[in-house]
Amino acid sequence: MTDFTLWDIVRNLLLAGRWTVMLSLIAFAGGAVVGLVLTLLRMGGIRPLRLLIRLYVDLFQGTPLLMQLFLAYFGAAVLGFDVSAWTAASVALTLFTSAFLCDIWRGCVEAVPSGQWQASRVLGLNYLQSMRHVILPQALRLAVPPTVGFSVQVIKGTALASVIGFVELTKAGTMLNNAAFAPFTIFALVALGYFILCYPLSRYARYLEKKLYGAGIR
Amino acid sequence: MTLDFSTLLPYMDVILVGLVTTLWLTVVTTLVGIALAVVVAYVRDGESAIASRVLGAYVEVIRNTPFIVQLFFLFFGLPALGIPISATVAALLAMVLNLGAYTAEILRAGIDSTARGQHEAARALGLSRLQGFRHVVLVPAFSRVYPSLISQCIIVMLGSAVVSQISVLDLTYAANFIQSRSFRGFEVYLVVTLIYLLLAVGLRLAFEFVGRRLFAFRQGGSS
Repeated sequence: MTDFTLWDIVRNLLLAGRWTVMLSLIAFAGGAVVGLVLTLLRMGGIRPLRLLIRLYVDLFQGTPLLMQLFLAYFGAAVLGFDVSAWTAASVALTLFTSAFLCDIWRGCVEAVPSGQWQASRVLGLNYLQSMRHVILPQALRLAVPPTVGFSVQVIKGTALASVIGFVELTKAGTMLNNAAFAPFTIFALVALGYFILCYPLSRYARYLEKKLYGAGIR
Repeated sequence: MTLDFSTLLPYMDVILVGLVTTLWLTVVTTLVGIALAVVVAYVRDGESAIASRVLGAYVEVIRNTPFIVQLFFLFFGLPALGIPISATVAALLAMVLNLGAYTAEILRAGIDSTARGQHEAARALGLSRLQGFRHVVLVPAFSRVYPSLISQCIIVMLGSAVVSQISVLDLTYAANFIQSRSFRGFEVYLVVTLIYLLLAVGLRLAFEFVGRRLFAFRQGGSS
């Protein structure tokens, strides 16, 4: 009961923190790839596809992440797959991230003046070429600050994977608390862990935003 | 793959109880959280550098840690310090502190975009700091950031699903309960997710309705 020293707690939290970082990276990288494809498809001309992607985004933004995790976990079982908490959490967080990034990036692409589109099409570039050489480079500048800002939400979102049994920082905290019963210290340390991961990103996002708008863009 | 929703029918009352809990938690949190945010914004807008710093730290800590950890910290941590706290109170407190921090930051953006000269003009016209803050700074700031405020309240409502983890009998708790009885996890979560979606849509419509009433003076006028 009292065999846990502060160092034992910190050491175990640090070990579990690796999985928080890993899951965040997977969700963010996967979400960025899926989100980019969705953004490109959404900006394209096919109307039913645009509506479908909008529905996808609204569904993920309008329901709790916790429910999305449960659905991924139990949904896979219904489909006949026996998935681990790892897989379910990775899939759910990737889809969640892709929906939000798609929404953020759509806004950035739309913020590029439409004259740019028209000019590049008149110059004979096709949709993909205009996107690649004219629109995306400009949209990218606008997209960086909110994307960095959203990465904080992804890291915080991984805490919910603890609920389906994935052992990351938060789950390690509850497990340690069950053994050592020092909730105040343990959860303060857990919070500190997230703060150390998130705060620099928040600051960086704010810095980038200031730099972008300070530079006189819009 | 077979889906069977009929097993859920006997549990409709459980879902209803959960729905009511989630709703009242959201409504109370919205009202108290926004009030807290106004106080925080007022103090941060004032002259006391220390108070400003302390509240700034509160906002940053909340914004850079997960809600579930904040909830566990309050629910498990406070009793360990000798402060007894029920699950419902812990949930409400965590939700209010969370919404308060985010809303304070949203409000600050709105306040910063109000021309500084307007604050000074209000003081020059003989309004006290509180009067000036209320009439000249706060109301225009609110109307400007209202759309972000709606989104934030919806995020907190959706995030409240987590309070089921400390056994508050909310909508998600109902879903978990039915799942453990019926072993129809996917169906239950699908239905409850849909209810959350409807709640989010309903909440947005309600907020927009209230907004049209509150900020009627802005319509047709200059923005």
